[in-house]
Amino acid sequence: MAEFKDSAHLIRLAGVFLLGLVLFLVLRAALIPRSFGRYGPFRGDALAEISARPVAFAGHEVCENCHPDEAALKASGAHKTVKCESCHGPLAKHADDPGTVQPVLPEVAKLCLRCHSKNIAKPAGFPQTEANGSKPCDTCHKPHSPGLKPEGKK
Amino acid sequence: MEGFMYPNEVELQWSILIVLYPFLTGLVAGAFILASLERVFRVEEVKPTYRLALLTALAFLIVAPLPLQLHLGHPERSLEMYLTPHRASAMAMFGFVYLWYLMAVLVVEIWLDYRRDIVRLAQSCRGVKGLLYRVLTLGSYNISPAALRIDDRVGWIITLIGIPSAFLLHGYVGFIFGSVKANPWWSTPLMPVVFLFSAMVSGIALVLLMYLATCAMRRVAVDMRCLDTIAKYLFYTFVIDFSLEMLDLIHRIYEADESFRSLDFMVHTRLFLSQILIQIFLGTLTPLALLSLSQIFTFSVAVRRRIYATSAILTIVGIFAMRWNVVIGGQLFSKSFLGYTTYKMAFVTREGLVPAVALMILPFVILYVLIKVLPPWQEESVVVAEAHGDD
Amino acid sequence: MTLNRRQILLLLPAAAIAWDYVLADNPNGSPNYKMSEHWWGMLIDITKCIGCGSCVRACEMENDVPEGYFRTWIERYHVSDWHIETPEVDSPNGGKEGFLPGKAEGGKNFFVPKMCNHCVDSPCSQVCPVGATFHTPDGVVLVDYDYCLGCRYCIQACPYGCRFFHPKKHTADKCTLCYHRITKGMTTACCEACPTGARQLADLKNPNDPIHSFLKTHSVQVLKPHLATGSKLFYNGLDGSVR
Repeated sequence: MAEFKDSAHLIRLAGVFLLGLVLFLVLRAALIPRSFGRYGPFRGDALAEISARPVAFAGHEVCENCHPDEAALKASGAHKTVKCESCHGPLAKHADDPGTVQPVLPEVAKLCLRCHSKNIAKPAGFPQTEANGSKPCDTCHKPHSPGLKPEGKK
Repeated sequence: MEGFMYPNEVELQWSILIVLYPFLTGLVAGAFILASLERVFRVEEVKPTYRLALLTALAFLIVAPLPLQLHLGHPERSLEMYLTPHRASAMAMFGFVYLWYLMAVLVVEIWLDYRRDIVRLAQSCRGVKGLLYRVLTLGSYNISPAALRIDDRVGWIITLIGIPSAFLLHGYVGFIFGSVKANPWWSTPLMPVVFLFSAMVSGIALVLLMYLATCAMRRVAVDMRCLDTIAKYLFYTFVIDFSLEMLDLIHRIYEADESFRSLDFMVHTRLFLSQILIQIFLGTLTPLALLSLSQIFTFSVAVRRRIYATSAILTIVGIFAMRWNVVIGGQLFSKSFLGYTTYKMAFVTREGLVPAVALMILPFVILYVLIKVLPPWQEESVVVAEAHGDD
Repeated sequence: MTLNRRQILLLLPAAAIAWDYVLADNPNGSPNYKMSEHWWGMLIDITKCIGCGSCVRACEMENDVPEGYFRTWIERYHVSDWHIETPEVDSPNGGKEGFLPGKAEGGKNFFVPKMCNHCVDSPCSQVCPVGATFHTPDGVVLVDYDYCLGCRYCIQACPYGCRFFHPKKHTADKCTLCYHRITKGMTTACCEACPTGARQLADLKNPNDPIHSFLKTHSVQVLKPHLATGSKLFYNGLDGSVR
């Protein structure tokens, strides 16, 4: 071992580095989340955590289960592509507990003008109006079937 | 905001702290390259700055992760970079490259170069200081000529490895920006190279200034042969750096792709002060002109010192402006190329001006402590010659 | 067939691994949803969008999106004549409250809803240093809020501007394609709220999904195709001026 007498300090240095490496590997084994790498280079548990978020919108099929009449009326009119919660707002809470949670409809004029106010960027042929809401739209246009009969205003 | 920006783009994501980080690591890389000039390339003249350059590099390297920690939304999770580094991400390399460079290169090289002094101080000092030195010896007190020769040989190898390591330490930062295809101000293969050469320029300028400052503080005469050589290398490196930046600029103007009009407008308005005035005129053309004058003509010692000092200060300001223009500039325009925003720098909050200034002062405080603990200067030149194996 | 003790001891760990593999396909434990059966995208029909902002509001309500930040938004374009490289664009508060009527100055005017493109080769997940933003096996790009460091590199790397820094969570955030809804058989909140059917969730792996026949019969585009991000957000009727 006499040959190494002059490099003994380097061997000590190497020892310090080796110790550091071992410590690092132990730390890694202890701290890396268990589910990491299960589906790819990410923490697998995140998928379940993200999917577990509660929903706010129930989805129109759920509404139509309890309200088939309104659904049928809407399906035959100009609003057939408009889904229930588009106007009535998120109603998952109401669907879960219909008696206690009552949906509140926003002010009629504001609601209709959200889609139908005149705008040059809207597709040609889309019904637009310059009405300002002084006369409530639903005086003549029923929201679930808004089309007017050809002979007049009723 | 001016024009149109995607709604989420109006607020800047990377603040002055992210400007500071490449500036600091650039100084580290540059100071180390200057030190390696002497150690590996046998440029004798710069020997008086060898230890000072290493200590400067260490002081700045210690501070370098701090702006990043302050910037993170969850600094307590930063260990994740060591636990689950995503190998495709250049940023994931930071932890490992930093640790490698700090421990395996800089600390080891400093330890090997200072070992003789550490052993002597361990044997002569008392109290806490003595304990510190005894710990630093790692229990070995062998400073025989044979041991010192081995130290010199190993130190040479470490420095040799250290050069590409320093390139990696700062080059990867350039790659972090250069590889973002979404941002045309950043996306260019030249980015790592430009970052590296501007780093070398700023590091050399810093060591030049530190050398002048420490000579003045120690009331010791400046070794003009050393100073002239440092200035010469500063000049050469600067010429390369300037050529690279000009190449990028000319290329952009010539190709004039879809982003060009928007970027051009941004440079002439939002970045006029920081890019055209500070980075180009004050920070590049002026020092280049001054340094080329000093290379062409012979001036007196006093005039040369003033030219070098002025050039070095302007250079460092210019390189900081360059980092600012890259980081902040890259976020001032919309990726729709239809609008611009402004950077509202905070003042005292986490990512504000005050913490940034504090982080710029901190390395000098650490350097002061390092100089006290590991004095770079030996009054006898004989001792300096011995430590480097009589070459 | 009778098994001796040794055979059972060998089979048990194999069975455990197999069970793990079975469970792995449904992360939320729901037996009806298997990740390997889906590959999610979205279809946006520019010819149908009326810029009402219902999608932006619905997303905000469904996902608690903070004020001033947008997981989805609407842009209005005005293209005067042949100057398709310099359109006039605006997006007042992301289009959340709709748009002002606009000047009758002729030219071409239309709305463009934007959101995360859930790219196959997303630059955002490429640059994340720790794997906090990633691809699910069913093609959705998500952010792990308990793992994200908040370095914001992904926000810089996204060419579409769809990511933002959440001011309360201090992590990156973006559209999740309502992952919590689509894994339960529902559609996304924005598609549910859209009154004209301009937005439609698409399951590219489902042979019965109407997207397949739509792609065969219409000219569809993606945003910034030159960046080759593998965007799964398909637009019908996207004008050349759209950035």
